[in-house]
Amino acid sequence: MRHGRWRFLAGALVPALVLHVVFVLSPYAQAFYLSLTDWTGVAGEAHFVGARNYARLGGDSLFLDAVRNNAVMLVVVPLVTIGIGLFLASMMHLGGRGGRRGIAGSGAYQIVYFFPQLLSLVVIAVLWGFVYNPNTGLLNGGLRAIGLGGLAQSWLASPALALIAVMAVLVWSSVGFYVVLFSAAIDGIPRELFEAALLDGAGGWATFRKVTLPLVRETVQVAFVYLGIAALDAFAVVQVMTVGPGGPDGATEVIGLSLYRNAFTYGKFGYASAMGVALFFATLTLAVLALRAGRKERLELA
Amino acid sequence: MTLVDERPAVSVPPAAARRPRRSYAVFPVHLAMLAWAVVTALPLLWAVVSSFKTDTEILNEPWSLPASPQPGNWVRAWTEANIGRYFLNSLIVVGGALLLTMLLGSLVAYALARYEFRGNRFIYYTFVAAMFFPVFLALVPLFFVVQRLGLLGTYPGLILVYAAYAVPFTVFFLHSFFRTLPGEVAEAAFIDGCSHGAVFFRVMLPMARPGLVAVGIFNFLGLWNQYLLPLVLNPDPDRYVLAQGLAALSVSQGYRSDWSGLFAGLTIAMLPVLIAYVAFQRHIRAGMTAGAVK
Repeated sequence: MRHGRWRFLAGALVPALVLHVVFVLSPYAQAFYLSLTDWTGVAGEAHFVGARNYARLGGDSLFLDAVRNNAVMLVVVPLVTIGIGLFLASMMHLGGRGGRRGIAGSGAYQIVYFFPQLLSLVVIAVLWGFVYNPNTGLLNGGLRAIGLGGLAQSWLASPALALIAVMAVLVWSSVGFYVVLFSAAIDGIPRELFEAALLDGAGGWATFRKVTLPLVRETVQVAFVYLGIAALDAFAVVQVMTVGPGGPDGATEVIGLSLYRNAFTYGKFGYASAMGVALFFATLTLAVLALRAGRKERLELA
Repeated sequence: MTLVDERPAVSVPPAAARRPRRSYAVFPVHLAMLAWAVVTALPLLWAVVSSFKTDTEILNEPWSLPASPQPGNWVRAWTEANIGRYFLNSLIVVGGALLLTMLLGSLVAYALARYEFRGNRFIYYTFVAAMFFPVFLALVPLFFVVQRLGLLGTYPGLILVYAAYAVPFTVFFLHSFFRTLPGEVAEAAFIDGCSHGAVFFRVMLPMARPGLVAVGIFNFLGLWNQYLLPLVLNPDPDRYVLAQGLAALSVSQGYRSDWSGLFAGLTIAMLPVLIAYVAFQRHIRAGMTAGAVK
């Protein structure tokens, strides 16, 4: 039985490990070193510059715009997405009998809600670029059709509206996934709890606040982490959809876009790597904070 | 039970409690649900309808239906705008990467889950840790690694990189799956003289099928929709994958103002995934949410 054990283990692990080390681990490790150099892509021409790249980040107004925009998205996108997602998921359940069984047609709703999750962010960005088009777009066309033509805007060209337009796309594309996720979590709550609430005369809102929300808390926290990471990215939508991209005038600039431009347009590979490291620490902080919050209060089902 | 309001208990006869009753107005609930369904579906339907319109119709009446459907838009998008080629490129790259990911991922997950040896945990954590790093961090060095290997803008290059970035989650997901499988069948197979490899491929892999399907669907969609990696590693327009081609098209077609062709290209990129979803929606939703529920 022990015959060939090591040969099998080596055959199973070595190819994947080689791939992992060459294409994943080594680039990650190199990025930290590159961020301390002034490398512009010429072999052997990387000079160690210490923390100078990081110091320059603080004076790069476009990068600061990017940090501000990512921070706004980090707060707004998860809150709005989770709000709508929880609302729809609990509606599906509360609207039914006994406080839990889904309302009629909730299966069909879930199918439709989930559609955007399947599409590439590029497809979504191109699509919404059309929707926002000031002259031929769905949005302004609709506003004019119902007599609200005065509200028609050039959504992506206005510095005040562009970031909101980007965030709306991010929310639109992710709500469906979280409806399905929260719905599954609510399904997992023992039926008796809802029945007890109903017998005690709790209304829809009280049931949601006192029963549903505490018991799907962990799922909501997971959702915050995932959505937060997506909000720290937002690269594809911004790069494909916005003017510039990242405009107008930095209004939709994100860290990923700054990094991409500095590296592959300007050839400032060391500087771009410093942005990557900054993004890494932002992601890490987010994950650690969320995990901590998760550990504090955990409701156990008796 | 402190979760619910403590009010004087009203004694309700059991029969009345069990009778289904609608305690919440169902109409506004339906209205809210319907509203979001419209918000979700309308832009998608609009794109499909627009792909059959003429440029003039698109420019002048965004909300109208086509006077006469223009299938020529689709033909133009598929051939002249190269959507057909991009589609084929995506199939080759994603197909190759998916096979490689599933093979390597399941081998690693199985070896780590069912064999005890020194360094087992260490290897497991190097894979799992990679899931927490943003790909942006690796982007610059990765570009040069791929360039130095002479793989920039080639199918094998993209396939290897796609697989490398999809394996960690696959390992993480299948590891717990292989752990839960019963060991008796494998032991019986060993006693019957099966080699380790044969036990894996003939016994364990078939038993893990539900997990493989779930993570396979997850990987397929993730790889099919990949944009950042090909954008950096695949500069040759002849080898553009679909997302890349569509993004490039939306810039260039905008200048040529072939709006109908671009809508058709968008619809071609969208429809296969949506049709596959409607056919296998239960599996797909399970596969997509499985990762988050863990």
